[in-house]
Amino acid sequence: MSSPKEKTSTILDEPLLITGGQTFHSVTDKISSITERKTPPAWFIAIGISGSAVLMLFGMIGYLFWEGIGIWGNQVPVGWGWPIVNFVFWVGIGHAGTLISAILFLLRQRWRTSINRFAEAMTIFAVMCALLFPSIHVGRVWVMYWVAPLPNQMSLWPNFRSPLIWDFFAVGTYFAVSLLFWYTGMIPDLATFRDRAKTKIRKIVFGILSFGWHGGNRQWKHYEMAYLILAGIATPLVLSVHSIVATDFATSQLPGWHTTIFPPYFVAGAIFSGFAMVLTLAIIARKIFSLEHYLTIYHFEKMNKIILLTGMIVAYAYATEFFMSWYSGNMYEWFTFKNRAFGPYAWGYWIMIFCNVVVPQILWFKKFRRSIPVMFVAAILINVGMWFERFVIIISSLANDFLPANWLYFSPTIFDIGMLIGSFGLFFTMFLLFLRFLPMIAMSEVKNVLPEADPHFYSSNGRTNGNKSISLSGEITGEADS
Amino acid sequence: MSDDSKKIHGVIAEFANPGALLGAAEKVREAGYSKYDCHSPFPIHGMDAAMKLPRSPLALIIALVAFAALGAILFLQYWTNAVDYPFVISGKPLVSYQAYAPVGFAFTVLAAGIGTFVIMLILNGLPRLHNPLFFSEGISKATDDGFFISIEHKDGKFDKNKTRNFLESIGGNNIELLQG
Repeated sequence: MSSPKEKTSTILDEPLLITGGQTFHSVTDKISSITERKTPPAWFIAIGISGSAVLMLFGMIGYLFWEGIGIWGNQVPVGWGWPIVNFVFWVGIGHAGTLISAILFLLRQRWRTSINRFAEAMTIFAVMCALLFPSIHVGRVWVMYWVAPLPNQMSLWPNFRSPLIWDFFAVGTYFAVSLLFWYTGMIPDLATFRDRAKTKIRKIVFGILSFGWHGGNRQWKHYEMAYLILAGIATPLVLSVHSIVATDFATSQLPGWHTTIFPPYFVAGAIFSGFAMVLTLAIIARKIFSLEHYLTIYHFEKMNKIILLTGMIVAYAYATEFFMSWYSGNMYEWFTFKNRAFGPYAWGYWIMIFCNVVVPQILWFKKFRRSIPVMFVAAILINVGMWFERFVIIISSLANDFLPANWLYFSPTIFDIGMLIGSFGLFFTMFLLFLRFLPMIAMSEVKNVLPEADPHFYSSNGRTNGNKSISLSGEITGEADS
Repeated sequence: MSDDSKKIHGVIAEFANPGALLGAAEKVREAGYSKYDCHSPFPIHGMDAAMKLPRSPLALIIALVAFAALGAILFLQYWTNAVDYPFVISGKPLVSYQAYAPVGFAFTVLAAGIGTFVIMLILNGLPRLHNPLFFSEGISKATDDGFFISIEHKDGKFDKNKTRNFLESIGGNNIELLQG
């Protein structure tokens, strides 16, 4: 069997997803060997840096527990300072991973196979960072468990009519389901690691982690159904989690927060920022591990198109928000928006507009959508812009609310800044551990999108190409015979 | 290589590619075997039909789990906030069912997610520390680039030599007895 060369299928007009004439074995070898070879020194340097940031984060959390949340810049009226900005930012980042793994799976977007595993990993690590901030922001962390409906000696229950309790359920569920989805997808690949293991420790560890998977069709049958169900239930989570986060704001009566546009606007922003983060990580991983045949320019171009689309939705939401604040005739609303654009936090507002509205416009051009340096810079700027979006929403609305006598100019402290950096450290540390020890690309799924995976690819077994819907196979079979 | 003192668990044969495996699976089924399985590094399109396997009952089970969870969490919210500890806040009614939607939804998804994972494993007989299949030397390729059919000794039609010859006749290579 000769592998089809890098040709474009005339029927679907879609380039091959995996290039370089890969075989099943070369896929296994490439992805597995990343975790099997000796740890490169660069990895130690990278984890040294990110690990230091994590230690700083833990140190600061320790001090926070000792001293109280006064160490942050939070000050009446800005009760929700940077920790909540960081929380919303990190939850948003996670959404792209779920979109790629669940929605694109249900839509049969086969290009997702190359990026879904580490996009899901990114989701999980981002949600870990996100969960951290509200948990430590409650102040009295030792009674954090009160948010869960646990029977207790005081006979008290959480108030389910409050959006803050919805958050706990929404984000907690999001984390758990993402983790299960990610792990389910990884079982066959962990079995691959087990079967390739040379050392006793790897054999035992991956033997346990893969649960005794043997790739029998009787297992695949239930497995595929499970994967489909998980994709189905994760799909509404893409929309619901950030919508519920948005209701924390929208159900309050603060000008600038009390709007019905918040849930869809937050979701679009979440996917926008998440894709920018996936792109950033993918570009780095592709370079370091030479994954050019797996993460092709074609994948990046698709992601850039989604960034452009969601970026336009976000831009539209900014405009609508502004328009509605004027059109509503509510003087507090209108003041808040004028204040955002021209008041004391105008610098933050214009950073946001530049990064989220102006920068993505270059992606209209095919040349830039396919240029790695351009998209890398754009993705980083978008991440910055999306952090500032949350900063603008939270800080500017709170700092200048109804009565000028209450106003305050918010300034972060060293602990605000340190914990933001620390959360990035946590995120990258987890990601580096993932890259080093787990299959970063879904091998079994990538093999499944190779043309050779289609049983109709082989004409020699005497079977006819009865299925007209996969006309792709007919064409490829002809090619393989020649 | 065959050692009579060891128990025979079955026989396994390798096939060249997904197409050959699909054809062979049909032949094994037509020959009347029922306790067999086709091992591949990825799910093969059309294999369930070739093996005539019924649809996985997982979706139905999860639907039941999800509705049970939804009922439970709605009841919990109602009972805790309106019955066990009635508490008026911001003038909201005690039973404000609209406010139960987000938690109701989230918990239903959580239960369905955990249920899917656990019940999928149970249906697959996992987790399992060892499997007679792993006595085979070749089977480790089934998670890389190998395509195998295994037939268990418990199958009514199983006969050490006949089954072996049969698998050979339908194009199997590297035939191994699973002994250990």
